Amino acid sequence: MNLQGLLNVGVEGLAYGMLLFLISIGLSITLGLMRFINLAHGAFAMCGGYLMVVLMNDAHLSFFSSLVAVFLATGAIGLVLERTLIKRLYGKSELQHVLFSIGLAFVASAIATILFGPQQQAIGLPGWMSSPVDFPGMRTTGYRLFILAAGVIALSLLYALFHKTLFGARVRAAVDSQDTASSIGIPVSRLFALTFGLGAAFAGLGGALAISLLGLDPSFPLKYLVIMLMVVAMGGSASILGAFSAALFLGTADALFKYYIPEVGSFVIYALLVLTLIFLPKGLAGRRS
Amino acid sequence: MNRLKGDIRLALALVLAIAGACYVLFPGYLGLMTTICIVAMFALSYDLLQGYAGILSLGHAIFFGLGAYTVAILGTHGVTEPLLTLAAAMVVAGVVAGVLAPVVVIGNDFNRLLVTLGFGFLFYEAANKAGSWTGGADGLSSFTVSPIAGLFEFDFEGKTAFFYSVAGLVLTYFIVWRITTSPFGSALRGLRENTLRMYAIGAPVTRHRAVAYVMSGAIAGMAGAMLAQTSNFVSLDMLGFGRSADVFIMTALGGTGSIPGVVFGAAAFTWIKDALSSISPKYWELGVGIILMLSVFVLPDGVAGLAKTMRRWRAGRCPSTRSKPTN
Repeated sequence: MNLQGLLNVGVEGLAYGMLLFLISIGLSITLGLMRFINLAHGAFAMCGGYLMVVLMNDAHLSFFSSLVAVFLATGAIGLVLERTLIKRLYGKSELQHVLFSIGLAFVASAIATILFGPQQQAIGLPGWMSSPVDFPGMRTTGYRLFILAAGVIALSLLYALFHKTLFGARVRAAVDSQDTASSIGIPVSRLFALTFGLGAAFAGLGGALAISLLGLDPSFPLKYLVIMLMVVAMGGSASILGAFSAALFLGTADALFKYYIPEVGSFVIYALLVLTLIFLPKGLAGRRS
Repeated sequence: MNRLKGDIRLALALVLAIAGACYVLFPGYLGLMTTICIVAMFALSYDLLQGYAGILSLGHAIFFGLGAYTVAILGTHGVTEPLLTLAAAMVVAGVVAGVLAPVVVIGNDFNRLLVTLGFGFLFYEAANKAGSWTGGADGLSSFTVSPIAGLFEFDFEGKTAFFYSVAGLVLTYFIVWRITTSPFGSALRGLRENTLRMYAIGAPVTRHRAVAYVMSGAIAGMAGAMLAQTSNFVSLDMLGFGRSADVFIMTALGGTGSIPGVVFGAAAFTWIKDALSSISPKYWELGVGIILMLSVFVLPDGVAGLAKTMRRWRAGRCPSTRSKPTN
């Protein structure tokens, strides 16, 4: 194994990890805040991906304006869904959460198949993104560098939002104790809606960025369900830094093993999941849920 | 207890009557009915786990698939007697369930969902990679199944398979009924309703859950073995996520914790899936998704809880406001 190959695979894995972070962070927050097990969270990412395809290929918007539009649109969809349906589920049992969200994931996949067909979708990246970028000892593309940058920016924004603003303090209070938070006048229900929308928006952004790296087809929500749940489980619930480190770790580990030991490839990821849950049932961050 | 006994007598007679009527009326659909009986057995095994012990699992197809592959692999190596391979499949599934149980029963519902999902994909990948044993993505179809007890040969019309699977369903029905009406079954219900109190009265919570997991796994293995024997084919989808999700869905729609409800749920689900999938798989997905989302609001206790839900509606309380029981 040469160093250049290792670096290339490493960058590939980091980019994958950043996408995982963007897609899963909403799930981590909603699970920690509302105790809502949302197996359909990947549907927001898929929705963002298809919106991106429509905006770029049919409406001929530029890459960046499409990204912004996707972020806002999936956020709005998440917000509406939370206010109309999902808020009625919080009092119900985990069984009902799983039933509802599996149903939602099925519906999303079926709608995607009916509208776009079962094939993979593609978008035309701007020129500077698809051209190679050379570093001493390695070569990558502008697209991968952009994903890395987007992930780091999203991390800093989310971290600032959750740890430096009143909104974030309220959310953290509600994660720790919902009853106490609402008894001191924090509008918990509105927080739920906003954070759900925010999570959906980031998932949509992740899905839109992922098209040229992970692909996009109607099976997306189920294909990435397990690894998204793993990010949440390893990161600990509602922990931004925990989710970030878990996503980067999983992305890099997955890429390295799939590239160097393809025979055990996807095995390693599932084995890691089981081992994590046995030895670190509360996640890497160790935060109580 | 007496009510439950009356319940099973009635329900068993009903199952047999329906099976007999189907045999006479729709002789062209014996294959589908065989599948329904086997899927109902699988659903009953899952109901024992989720409806009674309260353990959510999205990887129950592991045991179904293990049972099926046990039959196929034994069949390719010369062990072809169906009752023997059936017993072997139960043992293999039960032993694997026993090995997994300590990991599955710890933690909360979310952890259990993840662990079972993880195990499910792990076994799927293992079966996929171990192609020399399992045939990989092509599956196995070249194994032989001898006549049952040397007397009843599996025929092309599927008559033997049909009666065999009905017998399997009746047996499973009886086993699950027997377990759930025993003191152990009461302990499981207690766990489901209020785990903390079960700890408080000194019940061995973890052991009860582990035992339920092993029993449920063994019965699922039996169902998988029967599918392999009657269809003479095993493939990866017998242990994939799709099958785990299916059994979860049909049990919940039928009404978890109700044996007749689950059998009805499995039969209706399999029949509708067969009918809709032949039109187009995407409409099947859309239909089942919408039904699932609606069911959470209009049928919180499944079809078996319909009467209860109706009463609540009439009393002017929307079922969707029902709060979950405190743990």
